[in-house]
Amino acid sequence: MSNAALMIGTISEIPAGNVHEAANSWLGIASYLIAAALFILSLKWLSHPRTARRGVRAGEIGMAVAIVGTLLIYQAVSYLWILVGVVVGSLIGAPMAVWMPMTAVPQRTALSHAFGALAAALVGTAHYFQLFGKESGIDHFTMAILALEVLLGCLTFTGSLVAFGKLQDLIPSSIKGLPHQNAINIGLLASAAGISVILTVSPGHAWLFLVLIVLGLAFGLCLVMPIGGADMPTVISLLNSYAGLSASLMGFVLNNYLLIIAGALDGSSGLILSIIMCRAMNRSFTNVLFGRMDASQTASADDVYGGKVKSASAEDVAMILDGVRRVVVVPGYGMAVSQAQHAVRDLFNMLEERGTEVEFAIHPVAGRMPGHMNVLLAEADIPYDKLKEMEEINPSFGQTDVAIVIGANDVVNPLANTDPKSPIAGMPILNVGEARTVVVVKRSLSPGFAGIPNPLFAAENTLMLFEDGKKAIVDVVAAMKEAA
Amino acid sequence: MDLGPKLFVFLLSTFLGLEVIRRVSPLLHTPLMSLTNAISAISIVAAIQVMAEGNTTFNTVLCTLGVVAATINIVGGFWITDRMLKMFRRETNNRE
Repeated sequence: MSNAALMIGTISEIPAGNVHEAANSWLGIASYLIAAALFILSLKWLSHPRTARRGVRAGEIGMAVAIVGTLLIYQAVSYLWILVGVVVGSLIGAPMAVWMPMTAVPQRTALSHAFGALAAALVGTAHYFQLFGKESGIDHFTMAILALEVLLGCLTFTGSLVAFGKLQDLIPSSIKGLPHQNAINIGLLASAAGISVILTVSPGHAWLFLVLIVLGLAFGLCLVMPIGGADMPTVISLLNSYAGLSASLMGFVLNNYLLIIAGALDGSSGLILSIIMCRAMNRSFTNVLFGRMDASQTASADDVYGGKVKSASAEDVAMILDGVRRVVVVPGYGMAVSQAQHAVRDLFNMLEERGTEVEFAIHPVAGRMPGHMNVLLAEADIPYDKLKEMEEINPSFGQTDVAIVIGANDVVNPLANTDPKSPIAGMPILNVGEARTVVVVKRSLSPGFAGIPNPLFAAENTLMLFEDGKKAIVDVVAAMKEAA
Repeated sequence: MDLGPKLFVFLLSTFLGLEVIRRVSPLLHTPLMSLTNAISAISIVAAIQVMAEGNTTFNTVLCTLGVVAATINIVGGFWITDRMLKMFRRETNNRE
């Protein structure tokens, strides 16, 4: 086998008439090498906001080079159908990028994981039936990887669709799955594994392959259905990883090294993000996927809040903010829901004009996907050097005059540090309680995702501003203007 | 199937990915996810390859749908990543 055939092994397997010249295969190899290098550079450049857009360019060029190279290698392919596919895909994809509001980015991401997984599952299925029709049949090893690839693709497809439905509020978050959900999940997974083994031993059972597809689709539904709310960042990251892994496995089956590399890059990115998300909640993968939040061990809301909660008006808050030295804003999912980011920017500008130092404290799991808050605040034109990570800003709450919490709850709940029995025990939190005054903007005292009361709301130095996030901030800004 | 070199490449790319992505600032985790998602739409290459290797209508239909799904991610993924990154700016000096 020549080097050329090693790189794109399938060249040697397709009839000689289909591949024009060795020159084309060399062009193909060159294009794949360039594409792989550009993909790696793309991720490298993304590491800093200064070079990040160059990273996007590199990725785009890499993708174009890879597609042109592939078309050069496989000249026998029907260009018409590929063109149709590309045009239809662009017509769907472009509006999804151009008109997507930034608050809906988590949904869009979940949906794109579904499309990625769908592509992998479709191509895997097509390849199986192609090999199935051949005299030589399918070797056991290819079959094993193909089964895993299609299973992963199918479960990621339906899993991502459910995640999309939950984030878009098409599926009520009250749905917590079926009774004995974990037993059903394990049963589905075990049957899928069993069928994969049978297929590996005798790959000719096409109907078993179809059963495998159905099981994969069902497993994806069952796996993600009970998960919601604050666990979404982890789930989205995990699905990201699965989508990448299934693309990579496709590369194993098709002898296509570019697929293996690009899929592995996507897979490792999803893996890193999932690990960061799990660490930020002090939970394990299994706990997120199969665990249930149990709030029964903790004190009741009445014990925690009874008579100790102080409520304030927008005017009170404007007065407190007058002449302070340092303010830290803690945004949560509630800020995204009420679209308060632009009002927050107005507050930011007004405070900065008056010489107050303002910074933002971003908890890793704030929002519904990793980094969601940063994108929203950047959209509202807040400079990114004002957005601080938890480890960086936590030591400074002691020197902060006012901490303003907007639509965040569990990530500022001190029970994580004090009550080992609470469902969020050990979760790293933002220590807003150390600030001289804490203002919490929240519609009511309703619990967050973990379902437990938050003693911060009843603390000596806390004032509650019971209002929708956006309206509250707009009112505070108006009151500050009036007083000035 | 020739597994050795592929596992090698897979392993090295995974480690390379972990090293490179570990350095991405949490500030950019959302664009990171949409960018890697666009890159993994490289499965469009697989759809073209499998389409070329087969000759049944069934094969063409599945692969065309594969091209559609992958193109949605390529076009949408790169575009929205750029839209997000455009918004990130440093503090301007005139505010000092």
